Amino acid sequence: MSTLPDSTPNLITELPPDALLSAVTAALSTVRDPELDESIVDLGFVTEVALSGGRACIRLRLPTYFCSPNFAYLMVSDAHDAVGTIAGITSVSIVLEEHFAADEINAGVAAGAGFVGSFGAEASGELDELRRTFQRKAHTACLERACQQLLAAGWTVEGLSGARVRDLPVSSERDSLLRRRSDIGLSEKADAPIFVDDDGQPVPQALVGHRLRFAQTVRVSMDGNAHFCRGLLTTRYPHAAAEQRPRQFDQEVSR
Amino acid sequence: MYSKDGEDYFIVDAHIALWDAREQNQKNFHGKQFIDCFYDYHKNLSPESEVWPYEDYLYYGGDRLMKDLFVDGYVDHAIFQPAFLGEFYVNGFGQTEEAWALTQKHPDQLTYNHNFDPRNGQAGLDQLRRDAERFGLKGVKLYTADWNGASRGYKLTDPWSYRYLEACGELGIKNIHVHKGPTIRPLDRDSFDVADVDAAATDFTDLNFIVEHCGLPRLEDFCWIATQEPNVHAGLAVAMPFIHTRPHYFAQIIGELLYWVGEDKIQFSSDYAIWTPKWLIEKFVDFTMPADLTEYPELTTDVKRKILGLNAAAMYDLEVPAGLAIKIPAEPEAEVAVGASA
Repeated sequence: MSTLPDSTPNLITELPPDALLSAVTAALSTVRDPELDESIVDLGFVTEVALSGGRACIRLRLPTYFCSPNFAYLMVSDAHDAVGTIAGITSVSIVLEEHFAADEINAGVAAGAGFVGSFGAEASGELDELRRTFQRKAHTACLERACQQLLAAGWTVEGLSGARVRDLPVSSERDSLLRRRSDIGLSEKADAPIFVDDDGQPVPQALVGHRLRFAQTVRVSMDGNAHFCRGLLTTRYPHAAAEQRPRQFDQEVSR
Repeated sequence: MYSKDGEDYFIVDAHIALWDAREQNQKNFHGKQFIDCFYDYHKNLSPESEVWPYEDYLYYGGDRLMKDLFVDGYVDHAIFQPAFLGEFYVNGFGQTEEAWALTQKHPDQLTYNHNFDPRNGQAGLDQLRRDAERFGLKGVKLYTADWNGASRGYKLTDPWSYRYLEACGELGIKNIHVHKGPTIRPLDRDSFDVADVDAAATDFTDLNFIVEHCGLPRLEDFCWIATQEPNVHAGLAVAMPFIHTRPHYFAQIIGELLYWVGEDKIQFSSDYAIWTPKWLIEKFVDFTMPADLTEYPELTTDVKRKILGLNAAAMYDLEVPAGLAIKIPAEPEAEVAVGASA
């Protein structure tokens, strides 16, 4: 359990208990598994949200005991940060359970020790670059989905190099892309080009086809990993199936 | 051999194990969790009729292995790819002596690959030389996420890894099966990243690098490097069973691999005993690409033959009986993956 520093913004009048619980759940919904680009709530990773006054205790579980400790750390740390900023929350405890590195992660996040502080010599740095890498992958996958929409509407592959934010039809694909653009610092303005590389540079027309093809592979890979992780979670915890929400843009119903 | 609709298939199962995860061999709680994780993989992706009781899964022994692969499972030749896991199991996970004895008893049906850990330094390098001679090694299985003392993994680009790979070249160990797992040092990097395979494949062009479970969960990174490195191959461990639970996703994986990696560099494996080969082979031979996936190269009978056995047979110099090889003319164009030329 870590107590939030006094400087935490807490200006709004305290919410009634039900509203506070909703606020905590909503905050947790913004926390994503970086590898799967999906909310930890939708994935069924959150097992308990308990409130006692302003003290929040959240329990998390993962599909396997050996899930990568760096991604696990990011999810625990992000959950801590997301809940900690809610007005009326005075302390937060995030408890990852049944994971080989749970003790290090839980203690490290509670102490605000950072990843290196939690894992010592086994880590050579913090997780910013790792997070960035996966935000880029998520952007690439969402870009591909949005481009498929444009292609279905009559755009040519080469033409995509001239596509702007304003050309995207109102849709969940558009919303998803804009959010990932924002994550990696790309503009959401109407005249911003959408077919850009990881650094925001427009992709030359001649390279659009190849890059779109690779983006498809990224999308297939992330979707597939999500299937696998969701399945493993429900194998490990049979009751979890009822707590998962279907993946957005799922092309196949699980058996 | 498997036969269906007048077509015969020579089968090489390129990734099998003979493990012992019984309680008396578990060193600690991690050993219990490791086999439980495998069992979850098994339960999650197997058809219900193929799910083993947990007790059987802990240890199955050589007789059952021979029956599951060669009596029931259509396999002509199988290759042991043992994981050591010395921090989790008293006598290791893959059972070296038992697997080697079985290989000596059935040399036409089994090949024994061993493993090494570059973190063991000079002593491990000396051991590798002795192992190469004892087992007549053609290949090794490297699990980069294996724990060793305080370390939670290593990379193929570590200096000692290169010394071991140099030795492999000298010793005729030409097939390096790389298995990525969820931990690696340093922990802040993506442990499934295959960039180290890319670097090693560039520097050791005389070796083949077979990336097990085709880089999953980083299919895209794997495809990217395999396109550029002619000596990087895809092992289908873990990917195969999706043919049952997620056929559309399975089609996409195979389609992506055919596009980027090409039909000559993909190897079937059941990952026995995580899954058993019989149902995987039956379903794969029956498999057709869904009508909505028009962008992928065709999965023809000859392509299936290559994946199910001929590719691995070529890599391991296994004799393919007359009539079981494919009859298509070898055109150089056909060897280049579509994605490679893009």
